[in-house]
Amino acid sequence: MAPNSIHWFRKGLRLHDNPALLQAVRGAGTVRCVYFLDPWFAGSSNVGVNRWRFLLQCLEDLDANLRKLNSRLFVIRGQPANVFPRLFKEWKISRLTFEYDSEPFGKERDAAIKKLAMEAGVEVNVKTSHTLYDLDKIIELNGGQPPLTYKRFQTLISRLDPPEMPVETLSDALMGGCVTPVSEDHGDKYGVPSLEELGFDTEGLPTAVWPGGETEALTRIERHLERKAWVANFERPRMNANSLLASPTGLSPYLRFGCLSCRLFYFKLTDLYRKVKKNSSPPLSLYGQLLWREFFYTTATNNPRFDKMEGNPICVRIPWDKNPEALAKWAEAKTGFPWIDAIMTQLRQEGWIHHLARHAVACFLTRGDLWISWEEGMKVFEELLLDADWSVNAGSWMWLSCSSFFQQFFHCYCPVGFGRRTDPNGDFIRRYLPVLRGFPAKYIYDPWNAPESVQAAAKCVIGVHYPKPMVHHAEASRLNIERMKQIYQQLSRYRGLARLPRVTAAGASCSTFTIKKTRGRAAANSDCNRTYTSNSNSLVGRPLLSFVSITNIFELLGGYGYMLRI
Amino acid sequence: MKRIKGVEEDSNSSSSKSPPEVCKKVRKQTSDESVAVVASESTESDWARLPQELLLHIFQYLPLLDRAYASQVCRTWNQAFHMPELWRCFEFELNQPASSYLKATHPDLIKQIIKRHSNHLQYVSFKVDSSTESAEAACDILSQLVNCSLKTLGLISTARPSFMEVPKSHFISALTVVFVNSKSLSSLKIDDTPVDDPSLKVLVANNSDTLKLLKMSSCPHVSPAGILCVADQCHGLRELALNYHLLSDELLLALSSEKHVHLEHLRIDVVSENPGQHFHTIKKSSWDAMVRHSPKFNLVMYFFLYEDEFGPFFNEEVPVTHLYFGRSVSKEVLGRVGLHCPRLVELVVCANGLRPLDEELIRIAKHCTQLSAIGLGECEVSCSAFVEFVKMCGRRLSQLSIMEEVLIPDHKYSLDEIHWEVSKHLGRVWFPDMMPTWCRFVTSVSHRCLRRSRQLPGCTRKARTPRA
Repeated sequence: MAPNSIHWFRKGLRLHDNPALLQAVRGAGTVRCVYFLDPWFAGSSNVGVNRWRFLLQCLEDLDANLRKLNSRLFVIRGQPANVFPRLFKEWKISRLTFEYDSEPFGKERDAAIKKLAMEAGVEVNVKTSHTLYDLDKIIELNGGQPPLTYKRFQTLISRLDPPEMPVETLSDALMGGCVTPVSEDHGDKYGVPSLEELGFDTEGLPTAVWPGGETEALTRIERHLERKAWVANFERPRMNANSLLASPTGLSPYLRFGCLSCRLFYFKLTDLYRKVKKNSSPPLSLYGQLLWREFFYTTATNNPRFDKMEGNPICVRIPWDKNPEALAKWAEAKTGFPWIDAIMTQLRQEGWIHHLARHAVACFLTRGDLWISWEEGMKVFEELLLDADWSVNAGSWMWLSCSSFFQQFFHCYCPVGFGRRTDPNGDFIRRYLPVLRGFPAKYIYDPWNAPESVQAAAKCVIGVHYPKPMVHHAEASRLNIERMKQIYQQLSRYRGLARLPRVTAAGASCSTFTIKKTRGRAAANSDCNRTYTSNSNSLVGRPLLSFVSITNIFELLGGYGYMLRI
Repeated sequence: MKRIKGVEEDSNSSSSKSPPEVCKKVRKQTSDESVAVVASESTESDWARLPQELLLHIFQYLPLLDRAYASQVCRTWNQAFHMPELWRCFEFELNQPASSYLKATHPDLIKQIIKRHSNHLQYVSFKVDSSTESAEAACDILSQLVNCSLKTLGLISTARPSFMEVPKSHFISALTVVFVNSKSLSSLKIDDTPVDDPSLKVLVANNSDTLKLLKMSSCPHVSPAGILCVADQCHGLRELALNYHLLSDELLLALSSEKHVHLEHLRIDVVSENPGQHFHTIKKSSWDAMVRHSPKFNLVMYFFLYEDEFGPFFNEEVPVTHLYFGRSVSKEVLGRVGLHCPRLVELVVCANGLRPLDEELIRIAKHCTQLSAIGLGECEVSCSAFVEFVKMCGRRLSQLSIMEEVLIPDHKYSLDEIHWEVSKHLGRVWFPDMMPTWCRFVTSVSHRCLRRSRQLPGCTRKARTPRA
């Protein structure tokens, strides 16, 4: 008897390049595509209305495309672990297929379902198609440890075979004799719910800037490649005022939900490059954006604490401030810095912001100004950002807060100057913060410096209609650079990293201000006849870049993780 | 035997460890140090017979928590735990659950230290979170350190300058307890605190012969006269950190007087309180005197200014060695840096306008012959100018930290080529620094393309119509 299959959609909400889905229909008698509105992903409290809407649109689109194949999508309310045993029985299932999920919680969930399925005598087929590579292979190639620098990651990638080609889109021909039994009351039982049904108030909700779904994704990728072909420039595009706005060629949310296959994107890019550049072989940098995503997936796959500071072996422990009021001001666009507030408004309204805008607000929240933990910012992004992916979101936050991956930390984005350089006219600000519309370009990034007459003419008095800046940026960045230096100095001592140049002859390389936790070495030295502390620990004269040199010592980071594990 | 309560340190790493494991570790450490320990492990008494100095040596390699566990093994080990040598350094961590994610030093441990070990303490630091309670707790501990003689004291605000929130009188009285009792203080780090002129006088009166390092950036209650008094009396001072408003010609002359030892480091923070602030100038003759007296001293300057506030700076030769521009700095000022900073070793430019820094960098490479480290954040440099710069500096550039976005490809070099070219001149593999692109899959049109496209009517339409 031909098997009855279930294909379980989670990410990978598409019919193109979906190897697990093809596996489901191959030689099968029946197939049912299910999606669980499951608290693992949903936990509705944490996800904002824009993300929910995007997801529901993806599901609608999936259902519409399945209908064309005389099939339907089954949206099942409940948790997979509770519902699957019933479905297996009711539908006489003998095959379950789904896309491989590399994230720790996904792996845990999938292992449990696999076990359930095996107990029910259901064969399970899992295929990798959310990432370009088999992440475990990358880790294996790196000696069992995830690579901690992007350079290292690139080196490993270049030693692997190129990613596999995308598979065919599910079609009538591929469906063959496989059918989907659909009942009369399918819509009631398994239809895609509306936002209202999920308890969202949709009154006054503006239309989506980013409509969800595979169909939209495929239109966008064509537009995207058209644009690239026209520009014929494969280098990283530079930032300007236009790039701050949502673009009809933007793809990140579609990759996040798997409406677009990363492999399809990869090979379309390759083809285009070959066509435009006359068959020269494409550099790795062509795939930069795809590879960054892959990098963070790889570093996160075996680290369930990847989104935390405590207990996360690759995260530096930084004494962040707990300050709920300041955090709320940042999240609600009330910092008093128009550049920051406009970005946060755009994020809340539309669900997407430019990646340099992300850098700006992330830097402001963490090491740049407020000194608030990156975990808090990550949670806000998780709620609002359409393309927020557990691994990529946490990884990027760690990166931008200099908590991992050893970034240079001397450079903080200025909440006034950065925006002004990008969009000197301030149109972006006026678009998202209409209250400031009346300010001339000269003052729009720092309206608190505008003379009272200008504020009156703009019909916006700072401190009344728009908040005063919540921090003194120059002072905050001075303090925070010092904090960062202290932390990295302490780190650099973990392995007695003595290669930092020392100027004085005092000799002892011991620490003064950071003594503890240096397992032994400093403590052991602490008895030297120090008359005074050598400048290796005094911050006076400590060349800032010498600490920046830590960029390359992910070895050191390994050491740090080692310390935490012992 | 019961565990010592209140040793909270490093608990996430080792709290789960049981004493036998510690013993094992101690054994391992001992053999690592190639100490001839008799291999017979049959009886406990063998361990007890380990000579004190060996035990001390081993203990010095253990974190406090492990030492605390080890101290429960036997009487000898317990005695070793309290040896003064192990209590010379201590870092008090004062955090409140409401304002910090990190654990604090347990109050019982603090009590024990004050009771049993305060006279052993020599190198002490306080790490304090953003809450006033923590800063006040630090002051309370300080004021109890009456019978100790500190050599080093550091007050470190880990998040916000919380010492500034403590009533000034409370802070001053706690600090002067240490000043008066210690008599041989050599290093003092009191940045961002309400220390004032009279308390510096107490410091000088008691520790003038020993003071070698003083860090007091952003101490608003100190006046130029206050710091001058320190420089006049403490002739052994080698490292000093302060804000620009405390820097005066008199101070530099005092530091370069004959009685004074050679200064090694001078760090100056130039911070603007409000836009358009006016800054005084320092005479070239004063700097010259400094360089004559301490030819090798490092002058580290951190600038956190608005672009239009740089007027008084870099118009004449300055012996600055390390220069950090924390905010935007104009092309013009960087041009002046290239002319007037012959001793420059390290340069960090966090941001600049959108005009390329080509000539400025070349000029810096030409005139700053000591330059060995450079970092560029939000700036622009053309690839060929950058290669030229690296070629001129050559292998002495030991640190080269350039954001990828800084480098503008031109007719000579693309981004892929530049790392080869630069690596060649440096004699080692070099890459620009990168920031994650964080899932941006947008083809936005670059400046240059936009410029080009403006000549082709209609071509920018797509880029300009965001989806409604």
